[in-house]
Amino acid sequence: MRTVFIIAKREFRLFFVSPAAYSVSVMIFLILGGIFFINIYFGLRGGQIAPDGRMVISPLVTILLFATPAITMRLLADEQRMGTIELLLTSPVRIWELVVGKWLGATGFMMLILGVTWIYPIIIHRMTNPGIDQGVLIAAYLGLVFMISAMLAIGTFISSLFNNPIPAFFITLTLMLFLWIIGGLGSGSGTASEIASNLSFVAHYYDNLYRGVIDLGDLVYYMSLTIISLFLGTQVLESRRWR
Amino acid sequence: MIKVEGLTKFYGDFPAIQDLTFNAKRGEILGFLGPNAAGKTTTMRILAGYMPPSSGSVRIAGFDVLEESLEVRRRIGYLPETVPLYPEMSIWEYLEYMGSLRKVDNLDKRIDAVIDEVNLGDRERSYIGNLSKGLRQRVGLAQALIHQPEVLILDEPTIGLDPAQIIEVRELIQGLGQERTILLSTHILTEAQQICDRVIIINKGRMVAEDTPENLQSQIAGATKIIVRASSETRELVELIETMPQKMDVIAGDSEGEVMISAAPGLDIRPLLARKILDAGLDLLELRTTGISLEEIFLQLTQSEDKDEGEE
Ligand SMILES: Nc1ncnc2c1ncn2[C@@H]1O[C@H](COP(=O)(O)OP(=O)(O)O)[C@@H](O)[C@H]1O
Ligand SMILES: [Mg+2]
Repeated sequence: MRTVFIIAKREFRLFFVSPAAYSVSVMIFLILGGIFFINIYFGLRGGQIAPDGRMVISPLVTILLFATPAITMRLLADEQRMGTIELLLTSPVRIWELVVGKWLGATGFMMLILGVTWIYPIIIHRMTNPGIDQGVLIAAYLGLVFMISAMLAIGTFISSLFNNPIPAFFITLTLMLFLWIIGGLGSGSGTASEIASNLSFVAHYYDNLYRGVIDLGDLVYYMSLTIISLFLGTQVLESRRWR
Repeated sequence: MIKVEGLTKFYGDFPAIQDLTFNAKRGEILGFLGPNAAGKTTTMRILAGYMPPSSGSVRIAGFDVLEESLEVRRRIGYLPETVPLYPEMSIWEYLEYMGSLRKVDNLDKRIDAVIDEVNLGDRERSYIGNLSKGLRQRVGLAQALIHQPEVLILDEPTIGLDPAQIIEVRELIQGLGQERTILLSTHILTEAQQICDRVIIINKGRMVAEDTPENLQSQIAGATKIIVRASSETRELVELIETMPQKMDVIAGDSEGEVMISAAPGLDIRPLLARKILDAGLDLLELRTTGISLEEIFLQLTQSEDKDEGEE
């Protein structure tokens, strides 16, 4: 377990010198900041700001679909490209420790970014009276934590398949968009659309957590995605050694 | 310390190494000498626990490399052929990372010691991305030594270095060999002769010879090449001789119906050859031997190496 943290720590620190991670964070804060201030501006002109701390969340979710692949693309692909995985796997590191460590480092970094976005609800809270509904906000952020973890785990898994970050980026992006769009198919009735909405990445978020409803099923969905993806990533690296 | 038996590795259905059996004692520097594509890297990777063999077994310090992989990996230091480093880390950070993954006690002290050992004293804060090839090689060695392993596996540690750097690294390795078992691969004959206590020669995935550099020199120098000419097409003759059970290399000679055979030293196969050819209903026109030197063998080996590199 200590090994996981050592790997996660290196990965986490690496994000602070990584151009991709910088671009992603700058993009997130520019777009969110822009949306936020436009909202505040028109709110003030209209004389009223809605006491809702979530105005930046749905743009954030959209950005995350594109940001996640950029964050995860090199996690395992680069180790395989540079051959450094050869040293990791010939030192007493188990493959799952490597995969989980990589994912944890990326998750830590994204949690930091997520934490910073909390500024926006705090500002709204100050500007409105009686302030925002903290319960709803906390549920919405809790949901984000779980959703981001799952997205990063999927990206980690895809990264294990490649020796080059670029295809890892595009495949992860495609998969993210698929899991997102599939939710649109779930709006009808019948078994097919029920399955679709059960698989959907965002349906699990917007239907409950975003509204302040913490449903165990949704959390289990994201957790299963996370665990399955990390498991698959481990299996991929394991099988690549046997070739 | 190292015990390898019947080691075989197939990539798909291509055999990269076949039936390698050898041992290395504590404190020994064992050289693994062979041309490009001989199977050196494949063997090193299996020994280091990076990939499993198709068949055969490896025991290092008494532990099976497959069954007790973690125990083996704790006890070896490994320098892969292309030294894998993280360019964005400083030498110190890198060694700290590798050392902590290996759970080294008193890590700071060990890093200092190992940086001293490989003469990187003044560079420890330099970023790896800015280092010369020679310095990177030393960082790779430092990484392999950080946990004071009983066994060191070095895959072509001097490849791509300039002559001055080569001498430095060789001296470094010789110094290390006094305390631990070192397995070192190389395609340079003089390197093996210079550093190693014992040398294994492999070619096309098979062991060709194994001895001390001195014995090898005299033994191989005495080995012979046989030239055979018969009333047949060269191709047919080659095929015929290759059906014989003895291990030998058969190549086409200068004229039609002529082949050159290099057999393992110590076995005179001339009577067997003569019988084989006559039994096949051919006329034997010529059967003679020519001497062959170690240098000549290696000229051949390096020639095939150049050809391989050209194809890549
Ligand atoms: N991953 C691989 N997949 C398929 N063939 C390989 C692989 N690695 C090595 N080979 C082949 O196996 C043979 C031995 O390679 P290698 O062990 O790298 O030799 P050396 O290190 O002596 O140059 C070569 O013919 C090479 O092309
Ligand atoms: Mg090699």
